[in-house]
Order: sequence, then structure tokens, then C-alpha cells
Amino acid sequence: MLYFSKLRVFSVLIFTLIISYFTISNFTKIDDDYFSKNIKLGLDLQGGSYLLLEIDNEPVITQRLQSKVLEFKKFFKDKDIKVRNFVIEDKSIIFDVENSKIEDVKSLLDDDKSEINPYFQQYKSHQFNFENMNTSFKLEFSDYGLVLLKNSSLDQAIEIVRRRVDEVGTNEPNILKRGNDRILVELPGLDDPGRIKSLLGKTANLTFQFISSSSEESFGTEKLSFEDGSSEAIVSKRIVLSGDNLMDAKPTMNNQTNETVVSFSLDRVGAKKFGKATSNGVGKRLAIVLDGKIISAPEVREPIIGGNGQISGNFTFQSATDLALLLRSGALPAPLNIIEERTVGPDLGKDSINAGIMSLIIGFVLVVAFMFYKYRFFGLIANLALISNLFLLVGILTLFEATLTLPGIAGIILTVGMAVDANVLIFERIKEELKNENNSIVAFDSGYTKSRTTILDANITTLIAAVILFFMGSGPIKGFSVTLGVGILTTLFSVYFIARLITAYYVIKNKHKEKLI
Amino acid sequence: MKTIYFNKFYKSFNILSGILIIASLVFLVFKGLNFGVDFKGGTLIELRTDKSSANITKIRDSFNQMNLGDVSVKNFGNETDFVVKFEKQNSNDPQFIEEIKTKLSSSIGSVDFRRVENVGPKVSAELLRSGVIAVALSLAAMLLYIWIRFEWQFSLGAILALFHDVIITLGVFSVFSLEINLSIVAAVLTIVGYSMNDTVVIFDRVRENLRKYSDVKIFELTNISINETLSRTIITSVTTLLALLSIFIFGGEILKGFSLAMILGVIFGTYSSIYIANPVLVSLKVSQRTIVKEEKE
Repeated sequence: MLYFSKLRVFSVLIFTLIISYFTISNFTKIDDDYFSKNIKLGLDLQGGSYLLLEIDNEPVITQRLQSKVLEFKKFFKDKDIKVRNFVIEDKSIIFDVENSKIEDVKSLLDDDKSEINPYFQQYKSHQFNFENMNTSFKLEFSDYGLVLLKNSSLDQAIEIVRRRVDEVGTNEPNILKRGNDRILVELPGLDDPGRIKSLLGKTANLTFQFISSSSEESFGTEKLSFEDGSSEAIVSKRIVLSGDNLMDAKPTMNNQTNETVVSFSLDRVGAKKFGKATSNGVGKRLAIVLDGKIISAPEVREPIIGGNGQISGNFTFQSATDLALLLRSGALPAPLNIIEERTVGPDLGKDSINAGIMSLIIGFVLVVAFMFYKYRFFGLIANLALISNLFLLVGILTLFEATLTLPGIAGIILTVGMAVDANVLIFERIKEELKNENNSIVAFDSGYTKSRTTILDANITTLIAAVILFFMGSGPIKGFSVTLGVGILTTLFSVYFIARLITAYYVIKNKHKEKLI
Repeated sequence: MKTIYFNKFYKSFNILSGILIIASLVFLVFKGLNFGVDFKGGTLIELRTDKSSANITKIRDSFNQMNLGDVSVKNFGNETDFVVKFEKQNSNDPQFIEEIKTKLSSSIGSVDFRRVENVGPKVSAELLRSGVIAVALSLAAMLLYIWIRFEWQFSLGAILALFHDVIITLGVFSVFSLEINLSIVAAVLTIVGYSMNDTVVIFDRVRENLRKYSDVKIFELTNISINETLSRTIITSVTTLLALLSIFIFGGEILKGFSLAMILGVIFGTYSSIYIANPVLVSLKVSQRTIVKEEKE
């Protein structure tokens, strides 16, 4: 155990130096991107906001069922099968089929090559499961069909969330999928998440609908209230134009009224539609509806054919900017709910870093002093191992760009406290061996050998705890498990390669000395 | 070094541990744990006030007027910092926190919200569940590991020691109504690892001594093993405690609960490795045959 080949010594040295370099690079400014890596600070240390959003898929499911009903109607008409009484109830589609065609419909729905109810080979599942009672059919989404639907609406939502967050311009936002109906948004450095929250909380479904004079219209009408809650109006259900046709929107100042407005421009299809509708509707009031609330309902004085328009509505410059941003980024497929929020101010983050570093230094000094007091020269060896352990630990965290959190710093300090254990086990064992063994080299050698399984056992148990924490924990706690886990590996390295190297060198030089340890 | 007769006190300390465990369980069942917003849901605000206006009653009063459900206000670190927790969480309303801030500053002067945590009921239930699973999983993993590495008598001793440490640590948290949050789960898991670590070191020695001495009874043999590993036990506990104390004293308020749980865990873990794990070996009459038999198989 005490013999080291030159190559081994050399590689240990090189490895330690390279990893330590990354530790030091945290504290220096090097302009070279390739070699300069910095440890990432978690939101609890640099300040920022963590938001967990959950998508409310109910409306998406209903919408999808509605469009499916249209598909069914067309499909069966083409196949010359009479179906009637379509109802959407309790997330399922119910309809009746003429008596003679029941078996046909069954086979159409159950076919592996079904056009109307796609079959997914790899999941052994159709999009819909169906039940048949007499002439009545009941279809509902299969588990996989539902997953597919949720995934696609989540993908869309993430895209929109990313656009909105990017537009606000926070530095390095982190937007991730969580499961099949959640989005995690991390916004480093953001002190007050109020604005982002209000932007993400809006679906931003924009429609233009005429205010209806009579309640009898072919498309039907609905009663909507104004944004400011002042009054209500009856609006035709016919949608003249929706936000999908919007190309751009920005806040501007209306020169005539000195009011802040949102001006928008439409794509070609939208401009055409809008031109036609406004030509026919001169004199009527056109309601601009956002998420079921009327922003304003100006009278159409002349046809708007250029594809440019303005939305007025008692905006402040800020609210006009936000509305324009929402319109530019597009509508969410479904509403998002914020189900978890954690915000740390930059002050507290800084305080936490200072407190963390302070306790690391003090803990380190105490442990080092205690080890020196207990073991003198061998205490120094253990301390040297401890220092290189710290450098290796921080270096590896930097190299893999791990996120350092406040509990993560606690993990480093804890590693300092527990790391000496391995050396203590070895030193104590050597002391025992020296009692019965005159040859100190043999005593040292067997001290290392005999303590090895114990050290491995002891460290594996802590490693198990760290691994479980890594997979079960979230955010800051994950940071703790990372430093604790990596700390165990670097501890073993520093004890078996660095401390043992120095010990071996010292013992071989001083083998005839009394009371070596 | 002089031999200390730990084994003389096996019985008395086992009785003491029994009492502590029963008391902890009684507290856990009847008083329960003080769950923080992570596990209960609700809102937490850490705020800093101007020096002149800092007053815990005033802050509590103005929060009580806002209809936020059960409100608790605590001093946090220095005299200008407070932590306020209340049941209501309304993270969907972007103005929710802003309104609270406005109302608060109108009654007590300017305040700075240093930290806001807002956890919905669904998320808190999930966090609690995954916390419980994590602890259960780590106990199971330790059981498995020790079962592979040692004979079943040893596994039983180690696992009983683990349960002892976890239950009493949680018991202390219940008695003093200390807050249980995500970081406490991390602490408990680390305690599990540490306690196991400590037990394994002594058990390794017991097993080695069982091979060495065929004529020594397990009652004495455990004592020999404890003594042989004693200076390691002390040194490691001391260095770990030094590190933890440093976190407790200098690491800031956020890490107080975490480091306290760890400190308790290390103390109980060290104690249980000696006084729970070893007596189990004695009462199961472990002898040289226990390990020789296993090895022949």
C-alpha cells in the first residue's frame, strides 16, 4: 500500500492541479471562454424568482373534442353513415348511429389503420376508447391520447412562455418542462416577479366581435363585461378576427387624443377579413375582447383596409407595453396557474453567500486546528488532504457547472467535518498496528489495508443518502446532495492518493524513528 | 488507554432510550410536527423593517387585518428582520404580494421583502409525499446495504439504531415546535447516512474481533470493540460537530433548523452506535459461530 510508481505520483499531481485550476478560475477574471468556468449560483444565493406553472388542460380537452365532433360529422357523411345527436358530456363525445351501421362504425373505430381514431402501434392504444350501447356510442380519450394532447399543449405553452419571458428581457431565464402539465421558470436576478407573473397569468386570447343590437343573431350572442368592470355589453359570437392574424403590436401615442394606445398590424389574410368586416359594419361598435373581457368597443367610422389599427382603452404606457407584448407573443393554448413561487431578493442572496463563506472558513479553521492538536505532523498531512479535497470538490462542481445553493455550501462544510474521518480511521489503525509491530513500514501498510473496508462501508452509506436526496429533492436541496455526494468521492481520492502519498514518503524516510505517529 | 466499561450501562441506557422513543412517539402522535409552508402550503415572507418601526405586535396586527388566515410572526436573526407565515396563498394574483407590501408599509413604515415563498396545496402535498418517500427509501437502502455486507443480527442492530436516531430527532422537533421544511428532510437523510457510518465502523471491528477471539463473550467483545474504535468515534464526532456548529452559529437563519437537526442527529447517532447497536448483538447472542457459519455458506 505504500508503494507508488512515478507515473502514479505524476498523474495524481496533474489531476489535482487541473481540477484545482477550475476552483481558482472562480475567483479570477480570465477572458478566454474555453478555460474560464464559473460555478453557477442557485437562485437562493444570487437572488431571483422560481415559478412553477401548471397548465389547466380542461379547456383544451373541450376544444379538441369540439373539433373532433366536426371531424366525425364530415367523416361519416363521406362514408354515407347517418349519425346524429352529438353531445359533449363529461369529457366524452356521445352520438347515435342508425341501426344497420352499428357494426360498420365499430370496425371503423377499432381498425388499426383507422383514419378517424388513429392507432399508436408503440403504445398499443387508439387515440380514443369507445363504448357501444345499442345505437349509442361513447368516446373518450385513451390514457395515451390524453398524454399526447397534454404534451402538445405543454409544448405550445412553453414556447409562448419563453417568448413572453424573453421579451421582458431578464438575464438567462431557465424554462423547463416538468411532467406533462407543468412548466418551471427560473428567473435569476429578478427582484419583483409581479410583472412576469401578470404576463404569464394571461391567456391573451384576442378577438374582435361586433356589439350586437338585437339578441337574435344567427351566430348567437353572449354577454361580456368590460375590463374595468364598469358595464356589460351584448356581443355577437361571430369572431371577426382573432389574435392569430396579428403580425405585430406596439405601444404608441395617439396624436389626436394624446392617449397611449396599442397599434397593431395584421397579416394579409387578417387584413382582408378585417377590411371586409369593417366595410360592412360602418356605424357599428366593434368590441376588442381579451380573455373574455372587453377592453374597448369603438364605433367603426370608416372601413379599415390597410391592415393597421389601434386599440385604445385607458392604457398607461406600462399597460400598453404589456398588452402589446402579450399580443406579439401569441395566445397560450390554455390558462396557466402559478402553483409555487419562491423569490429571494439580491440582498438576502448576498447575505447568504457571506454567511456561508464565513461559516465555511470558521468550520475549516476549527477542524484543521483540532486535527493538528490531535495528530501533530500527521494532522498536517490530513489537513493538506483536506485542503486539496476542498479544491477538488469546488473544481469538479465548477467543471460540471453544477449549481451552488445555500444548502450546497452547508454540504461543503459538512464534507470538511466528515472528510477527516477516513484519515482518522487510518491513523488510529496504524497506531494500533505499531503496538505489536516493530517495522513501521509494515505497520503503516497494514494500517491502510485493514481500515480500507471500514472506510468504504462508511462512505458508501453516506453516498446512498446523497444519491436518494439527489433524485427526490428539488432546487436548493439538490444542491446539498450534489456537494455531499461529490464531497465523498473527492474525500476518498484525497485520502488514498494525496495523503497516502505524503505519508508513504515520510514513513520511508523516517522508518527508524520512534513514535512515528 | 484506559478501558471504559460501556457495557455496564447497556441496560440503563436502553431503558433511557426506550423512554425517549416512547416520549417522542407520544409527542409526534399527539402534538405532531410544525410543518412549514413547504409541506403545509401557504405563504412565507421574510421582511426587513426600518429600525424605528420594528415591533412584532404591530406587524402581527397589521397582517391580521388583511384576512390572510392564520398568521404567525417571528423575529428572524436580528431585531429588524421578521418571518411572517400565513395560510392564504394566492400566487395566481400578481398583485397579491404587492398589495400586502403596500398595506404593511402604510401601517409600519417602509419594509423590504427579502424572501417570498408561496406554495399551493397540491405542491405542498407532493413535497410532503416525496419527503416521506425519500426518508423511507434511504432507510430501505441502508437496510439492504447492511444486509448484504453483514449478518442479519448486525443489520437489525444498525437499523434499530437508525430508527432510534430519526425518531428522537423528530421528537425534539415536535417538543420545541421547530419548523419542518425541505432542508430538515435533507438533514434527516444525512443523519441516516452518518448514524449508519458510525455503526458500521464499530460493527466492522466487532466482526474482526469475533474472528480473533473465540473465547470472549459478545458482552465483553462489544466493549473491547467500542474501546478500540473510541478515539476515532470521538475525533470524527468532534470535527463533524465543529463544522455543524460553525454553520449553526455563522451560517445565517435559513440554515439554523438544518444544522440543529444535524447536530442532534450526530449526537444521537454516536450514542446509538454504542448503546443501541451493540446491545442488540448481545441480546441476539452473536458469537464466532454466527460469522463463521455465514462465511462457510
